[in-house]
Amino acid sequence: MNSNAHASRHEASFWSRYVFSLDHKVIGLQYLFTSMFFLLSGFGMIMLLRWQLAFPGHPVPLVGGLISRLLPADWAPGGVLTPQFYNQLGAMHGTIMVFLGIVPLGVGAFGNYILPLQIGAPDMAFPRLNMMSYWLYLPGGLLMLASFLLPGGAAQSGWTSYVPLSIINPGQTVWLLAMVIIITSSLLGAVNFITTTLNMRAPGMTLGRMPVFVWSELVTAVLLLLAFPPLEAASILQLMDRVAGTSFYLPTGLVVAGQALKASGGGQPILWQHLFWFLAHPEVYVLILPAMGVVAEIIANGTRKPLFGYKEIVGSMIFIGGMSFVVWAHHMFLSGMTPALGNFFLVTTMIISVPSVAVLTCLIWSLKGGSIRFTTPMLFALAFLPLFGIGGLTGLPLGLTVTDIYLHDTYYVIGHFHYVVVTGTIIALMGGTYYWFPKWFGKRLNDFWGKVHFWGTVACMNGVFFPMFIQGLAGVQRRLYDPTAQLHNLTTQPMNVVSSFSAWLLFLFQIPFLVNIFYTIFKGERCEENPWEATTLEWACASPPPHGNFDKPPRVHRGPYEYSAPGARKDWIAQNAPEAA
Amino acid sequence: MSAQAAAVHGGGEYASTGIPNGKLGVWLFLASEIMLFATLFTTYVVLRISAPSWPRGWEELNVPLGALNTLVLITSSVTMVLAYAKAQARDKAGFYRYIGLTLALSFVFLIIKSFEYKAKFDRGHFPSTNIFFAIYFTLTGLHALHVIGGIVFNSGLALWGRRHWDHPLFAGRVECAGLYWHFVDIVWIFLFPALYLL
Amino acid sequence: MNARNHASAAHVPHVRLYLAIFGALIFLTVLTVLVSYLHLPKAPAVLIALAIASVKASLVGSFFMHLKGEKALILAVIGVTLFFAGGLLLPLYDIAGSPTRVSQPWPSEQADKTQ
Repeated sequence: MNSNAHASRHEASFWSRYVFSLDHKVIGLQYLFTSMFFLLSGFGMIMLLRWQLAFPGHPVPLVGGLISRLLPADWAPGGVLTPQFYNQLGAMHGTIMVFLGIVPLGVGAFGNYILPLQIGAPDMAFPRLNMMSYWLYLPGGLLMLASFLLPGGAAQSGWTSYVPLSIINPGQTVWLLAMVIIITSSLLGAVNFITTTLNMRAPGMTLGRMPVFVWSELVTAVLLLLAFPPLEAASILQLMDRVAGTSFYLPTGLVVAGQALKASGGGQPILWQHLFWFLAHPEVYVLILPAMGVVAEIIANGTRKPLFGYKEIVGSMIFIGGMSFVVWAHHMFLSGMTPALGNFFLVTTMIISVPSVAVLTCLIWSLKGGSIRFTTPMLFALAFLPLFGIGGLTGLPLGLTVTDIYLHDTYYVIGHFHYVVVTGTIIALMGGTYYWFPKWFGKRLNDFWGKVHFWGTVACMNGVFFPMFIQGLAGVQRRLYDPTAQLHNLTTQPMNVVSSFSAWLLFLFQIPFLVNIFYTIFKGERCEENPWEATTLEWACASPPPHGNFDKPPRVHRGPYEYSAPGARKDWIAQNAPEAA
Repeated sequence: MSAQAAAVHGGGEYASTGIPNGKLGVWLFLASEIMLFATLFTTYVVLRISAPSWPRGWEELNVPLGALNTLVLITSSVTMVLAYAKAQARDKAGFYRYIGLTLALSFVFLIIKSFEYKAKFDRGHFPSTNIFFAIYFTLTGLHALHVIGGIVFNSGLALWGRRHWDHPLFAGRVECAGLYWHFVDIVWIFLFPALYLL
Repeated sequence: MNARNHASAAHVPHVRLYLAIFGALIFLTVLTVLVSYLHLPKAPAVLIALAIASVKASLVGSFFMHLKGEKALILAVIGVTLFFAGGLLLPLYDIAGSPTRVSQPWPSEQADKTQ
């Protein structure tokens, strides 16, 4: 009834059905494929950069010659990356992976598609705003990529864009403009997610019956809503410094290349750092929370028992969200802060590690007594646990000022955050892809190639990032064009080779994943509507769901993880199954 | 209203906070705007406190014009809330009288602002002149952009209302437009003393 | 039907109240301008201006934006936001008083630098 009414309204127009769709599922898939494209381009950039790290000064094989031919300037004469191009690759890799890759995937794709379904809603609260979010993300992202075509090259001052370097370096203006567009996209999305979750839950879907994934997206949306605006303001100020001649961040008397900079002065460089990290710290929780949510869903389903500590997990996520606003300066311990202020952030950082451990512990403890089904998604969810554990634990010496003095800006930091985001979030989202693929396309991804993808990916990811801890402890600094330029790096230089080869092999292992995805979409066999026998509401409608999702609002009678309920006929009871069951 | 439409607009059978979607959405949006302007105010405080010297507001800015603009914006806030009252009371003529006044006052604000800006430019004061003017132009400029946004929003609503006056969501949308407009007023309530009077 | 009830039942308009608030806002605006003519030193000037502005903002928020009597969720949204906005001021503890010039005298020469 509902779907017919809408079918007649949104008639055949290709544009309104596939391009400017208002349907959260279509928008979710748009985000899925677009974010995958950006992830691959960010991956490509780092594969280039890793050649220079492994074999400094040697021409990049295969693609080295193309660089100078495709880009406006001679960024890689003879196939050897120039330091400026190296910096561009580094800054853009970080920017693209974080803002154009992971967040759009975790929030825009997974959140958009699954959240309304899991709460039993027909769509998002603001479908037009949803469409606008995507159509700000895509141009913003393309603008970001296009900055490589600028005569001075793309942004090259790190994804952190520290001033005053970023104000005098090329490429930054486009970065700032693109960021303003992308941030706006995120803000609209955040408003949508929060309103939807609070206002459009199916009858009986109390907050305490929402799946953990929904909670993780809700907290994430709150973080995006409140933490992004300061970066937007800070970016506008940096933009003014670059194009309007202001000096918000430029101190009086700054000398560049032997000449006094013609600026009015009176600015504070450290202000940028504070404002940037005010966002960027909550941002890392934006990166991890949806992933934790995905893992929670897969584990509950794959162990055939309720999650251990639902309330503790949700409470921890909320606590993490709140605390994440008061830890940011642990990224700035070496900026010359007053020790007292540093102590404040040290304490808050230590405190925030507690709920993170709590979530992980609950997820691990959920395995106990479970009847584990080792499906492909489950493999990814299981791998997440120890790998995110490593990522989290290696963060502790960074959060402690004393040890951070040594480790700051070394490869140890790079190892830490890649463990959390790559072996953590990306592994989780890959698992989520295998898990929800049948929902999105009505077909299951090929299991054999899924397992090939899994083992190769996990092995290679560790190969790339584990050596970085050792390099960091050996004192190898990050963002170095030529690591062999510093004597003390030579001992660990072979590790660069290991990391680089692992990275290139990691790319090769993504080919079966990509082929699997596209082959299955077009040629795969249809599977059952609920192949994982899952209890949550997204499986209570067709796969893929029609416009409007449910014929009528589902009535929810129980919590999200009624697996192996004592006395029940089957080992799972859907959230909306009638009470008598 | 179909079940989906009811859900999309908040309420119906769906578990709801009791606050319509649009209103909740606007308040969330205002929360993000509070963070935006808080950042700008923080920047102002930080830069002023750490500066070796800083002019008093009245030395560089036109206090009477600023005060006039404050009264203009406050009045427009009153006319806005009266427009909402008329919309709720289903008084179409009254609504258009007050939304028209709100829009007119918004334009007056911008006109006075542009006089101020022009006077500064004529005296050679630009954002690049010194940090005081950088702050002044940036903060008031971003505020003015929000005023323009409010004009667009309110005009759009007024135009839409001509044919959709009886739409069940109309009064609610006026309320949302009002919430945004009052926020813009509140920002100026802090901006005026911060820049002009201290 | 529900939505219409939401809109109209929520706030019964009090036109006279709005005009009274309008009067208060005008009065407070005139007051804050007059106080500024006293050219007080910075600390008391800031406190008084901030206090008056806060009262004005509260009036607009409570009565024009109908926060008085609003549902707890909205108040919580604003409360939490203001709390985190305040957090932005933390760095003041450090930056305040640190000069905006690149070349600085040695710490021993900075008599009034805290810590």
